[in-house]
Amino acid sequence: MAKKTLHHFDGSTSIDTSTDESRSELLRQLVAHLRDNRTQLRQEWARRITEAKLLTAMSQDEIFAEATTIYDNYVDALQSGTFEALQTYARDLSERIIPRGVETHEVIGIVLLLRDVLARSLFAKYQHDFALLNRILDAYEPAANRIANTVAVSFVQERERTIRQQQEAIRELSTPVLQVRDRLLILPIIGVIDPQRARQLTEQLLRGIRTNRAKLVVIDITGVAAMDSNVANHLVQTVEASRLLGASVIVTGLSPEIAQTLVTIGVDLSKMNTVGDLQGGIEEAERLLGYKVVPVGEATIEPPRR
Amino acid sequence: MEVPILKQGGFLIATIQAALTDADLLKLHYALVEQVGKHRSKGVIIDVTALDVMDSFATRTLRSLAHMVRLRGAETVICGIQPEVAFTMVQLGLTLEGISTALDLEEGLALLTQSSSKREV
Repeated sequence: MAKKTLHHFDGSTSIDTSTDESRSELLRQLVAHLRDNRTQLRQEWARRITEAKLLTAMSQDEIFAEATTIYDNYVDALQSGTFEALQTYARDLSERIIPRGVETHEVIGIVLLLRDVLARSLFAKYQHDFALLNRILDAYEPAANRIANTVAVSFVQERERTIRQQQEAIRELSTPVLQVRDRLLILPIIGVIDPQRARQLTEQLLRGIRTNRAKLVVIDITGVAAMDSNVANHLVQTVEASRLLGASVIVTGLSPEIAQTLVTIGVDLSKMNTVGDLQGGIEEAERLLGYKVVPVGEATIEPPRR
Repeated sequence: MEVPILKQGGFLIATIQAALTDADLLKLHYALVEQVGKHRSKGVIIDVTALDVMDSFATRTLRSLAHMVRLRGAETVICGIQPEVAFTMVQLGLTLEGISTALDLEEGLALLTQSSSKREV
């Protein structure tokens, strides 16, 4: 026995097969201990969470309820050695608490706190038998580490998934391709154009041209704050690609500053058809498509009734 | 694979149906330039809907084809370039400068009819 303990102090973590049985026996003992002291340990844990000012977005009762479920899942995972249930629960929990602004460090913090609370209770229980404590910890530590790992990874994955979803949504929203007349599309661009967005923008426009059988596209860049040679080149590429599909492009809404920058840096916009504002662009497009908009009489719009 | 050249009124229509080797492309090139004279055509439509790759050789051949057809007194319209192909071509800097393009065969025919009627006026 003493030899085995020394062996452990060498820093080696290798476990020979003969100890497997005693390991599972120790684990069983450990789980029984955690089950017996469930109420007290849960309370201690919840107290420590509050003390460390973690999960401030949640109320005391919520923390205690979640703590109970996590505790039970934790003990189950320790007992069975399988982590799927815990993983599912952690994903679930993350999904619930991410929208409430719970941070990664808080989640990792509470799991480490639980680990600490349980380890302390083990110290307290086995303080008289140092060798046994050592072996209990040998059984406890790897499982506890894996649990902490699983929970943290699940949380981060869930968070990344949320972020990806939101990015996707923002991206979709940011480049609407709208049909204003038969065979006439408008594409208002707002915000910053980076290579990735330019690519996505072009793809969406080309798809729009094909599905709407467009002959003319008005790209409005009133909402583009700044333009450099890269952005200008993206724009030229978009125009070229549209032309290959048989649609002509009118660019509108170049501000004086942008016009000046473009001339100064010498971007060749001669291939582009430009019109001052969106209204002018749509009028020009209608003219090219053979539309003529004529007023049919007095305006009939009444002021909105209250 | 041989590309069939169909005569439709005053226009010639060549529909490329599968990926072509460089030799096939050149063959199409010569056949079209010759037939423009034979049929006294006013326009040529090349339909590339089936192509999902357009390399620099193909682009160059199409460009020189269009120029030659113009010298023979007719117009060329390339139609049916796929969005992905268009995107890649632009990225590689392969633009069909000075050649008319159309969304599909129908559009291409409309374009040629329009411009040839303009010429007759």
